[in-house]
Amino acid sequence: MAAGKEESGEGGSSFILDHIIDHHELHLGPLHIPLPHLEVFGIDMSITAHLVMMWISAFFLIVTLAVSTKRRGMVPSGFANMIEAIVLFIRDDLAVPNIGKKEADKFMPFLLTAFLFILACNLLGLIPFGATATANINVTATLALISFVMMLAGGIMHNGLFGYFKGLIPHGLPAWLLPLMIPLELMGLVTKPFALAVRLFANMTAGHVVILSLLGLIFIMKSLLIAPVSVAFALAIYLLEIFVAFVQAYVFTLLSAVFIGMAVHQEH
Amino acid sequence: METLAAEAYGYLSAGIGAGLVALGAGIGIGRIGGGAVEGTARQPEAAGDIRTTMIISAALIEGVALFGLVICILLAIK
Repeated sequence: MAAGKEESGEGGSSFILDHIIDHHELHLGPLHIPLPHLEVFGIDMSITAHLVMMWISAFFLIVTLAVSTKRRGMVPSGFANMIEAIVLFIRDDLAVPNIGKKEADKFMPFLLTAFLFILACNLLGLIPFGATATANINVTATLALISFVMMLAGGIMHNGLFGYFKGLIPHGLPAWLLPLMIPLELMGLVTKPFALAVRLFANMTAGHVVILSLLGLIFIMKSLLIAPVSVAFALAIYLLEIFVAFVQAYVFTLLSAVFIGMAVHQEH
Repeated sequence: METLAAEAYGYLSAGIGAGLVALGAGIGIGRIGGGAVEGTARQPEAAGDIRTTMIISAALIEGVALFGLVICILLAIK
């Protein structure tokens, strides 16, 4: 399939795929650093470029947050001020209105982690020679799965195991409607994390594909005249990508908070 | 005229699909933008709230558009 594409597109389109997918080696421009292949019980757990980017972003977050929030008194200043602004924003605008004042604090660690980690991964992908870990469907699917588990855990802990699933179906329904409503509600439950995963993955991948396609036009047309136009458009899309990185991290966290709120307070 | 190979149908449908996806996203987000601008014109004090709601709605609609795009990419690759 990729080989067929290469023949038909004069070898011009395979480099886009090459920049998007995961590799078993770190690509730093012309330098390719090979990464170890590991296998655990037959499952391929080798260290790939996206995994290294996730480690870098996690390490960066841990170091930055630990250093800037060392206890300096009641009123933080400088970088800690910005961190406090972010935490307060997520607590007061996302968690409390959706989950309620009492239970919001239990879900704050997860929401903060989701927001900061996704933001860090998205922004690291925009740095030259960086790969976007969130442009990998496996990464976003795992994040959405964790969000789904938080949803279920919140709902079951507040409404009881059977009570949660019973509360999915609006009461006051005629009994013959139940065989229709149960699969429908279960599907609605599963669609939400699926949508979270695909939304983040597609937004991150689409931005990179557009930039690569615009720059690849220069090589396909084989003329330098198109370079100023191409680079200008690519720069505009690049700035849009920075904006989209923030917005997508925010939307993921917002929807997670909304879904957790809907699971905890089941009032139809 | 020979009949098209299966691959050609895949590329053709991916192209048409991507165009339709862009059309849908454009119409949807255009309407959001229009509503937001009109709301801000009626009540300039609510500009900040309206802007935030507009961005969130645009991101959600773009999510739906990108679902379609992912399917188009799958069609073009396979």
